[in-house]
Amino acid sequence: MSLEPIAVAALGAVLLVSALGVVLTKNLFHSVLYLALSLTATAGIFLTLAAEFLAAIQLLLYAGGVVTIVVFAIVVTERLVGVRITQTSRYLSTGVVVAGAVLVAVMSAIGSVRLPDRAPAPPVDVTRAIGQALLTRYVLPFELLGVLFLAALLGALYFARPDE
Amino acid sequence: MGLAGYLSLAAALFSIGLFGVVTRRNTIGILLGIELMLNAVNINLVAFARFNADPAGMIFAVFTISITVAEVALGLALVILIFRVRCTVVADHLDILRG
Repeated sequence: MSLEPIAVAALGAVLLVSALGVVLTKNLFHSVLYLALSLTATAGIFLTLAAEFLAAIQLLLYAGGVVTIVVFAIVVTERLVGVRITQTSRYLSTGVVVAGAVLVAVMSAIGSVRLPDRAPAPPVDVTRAIGQALLTRYVLPFELLGVLFLAALLGALYFARPDE
Repeated sequence: MGLAGYLSLAAALFSIGLFGVVTRRNTIGILLGIELMLNAVNINLVAFARFNADPAGMIFAVFTISITVAEVALGLALVILIFRVRCTVVADHLDILRG
């Protein structure tokens, strides 16, 4: 008997509650803080799935990078507009219907197939396997990712250039 | 903890993100909802990789995480640019392309 099911349940509860916080709080800044919490809980879920490398990336790129960028964006737009952005929501009933329909459809699909109840024994070194696959079988998409980042960097610089 | 548990968790997270995308009026809020949805997909990818003992799913997750970060950076650059021009980040007010 391991602690894993309890850990997954606790992390899942934190994840769902903080996700609800992201979409329901009025203050946009609080939304971003809830997003940081939910991304960190996702990193914990990755740890329970024996994916340490992905948990590290999740913390570095998402919880570190994305949250910082979003906070900067909020600070910039709030400073320029001069008033606090308390965001409002609209179409609440439509949102509930659409999201509920997707949830029911996916859950019924999950319930209609037989899924394994227990995972196979964890591989010895997942990080080594990921690294070897990235530089052998998946080396072309890996290099293309570098091109994408270059394009994104140039695009962001182009958008953010000062006005002449 | 079976695979179905992880998939259900990801489905709930995806629905919450979709709810946020539909209901938020602020562009940054919509982006946060998209983040949640992409995060749910990553959980699915990693869970399938673990239960099939195949690292390919984790490599897909590496790619989606990286591309998402680039997407957020560019999306927020666009938001700030639009804000400079139009002085609003509310999606309903951005109807320049309306005929």
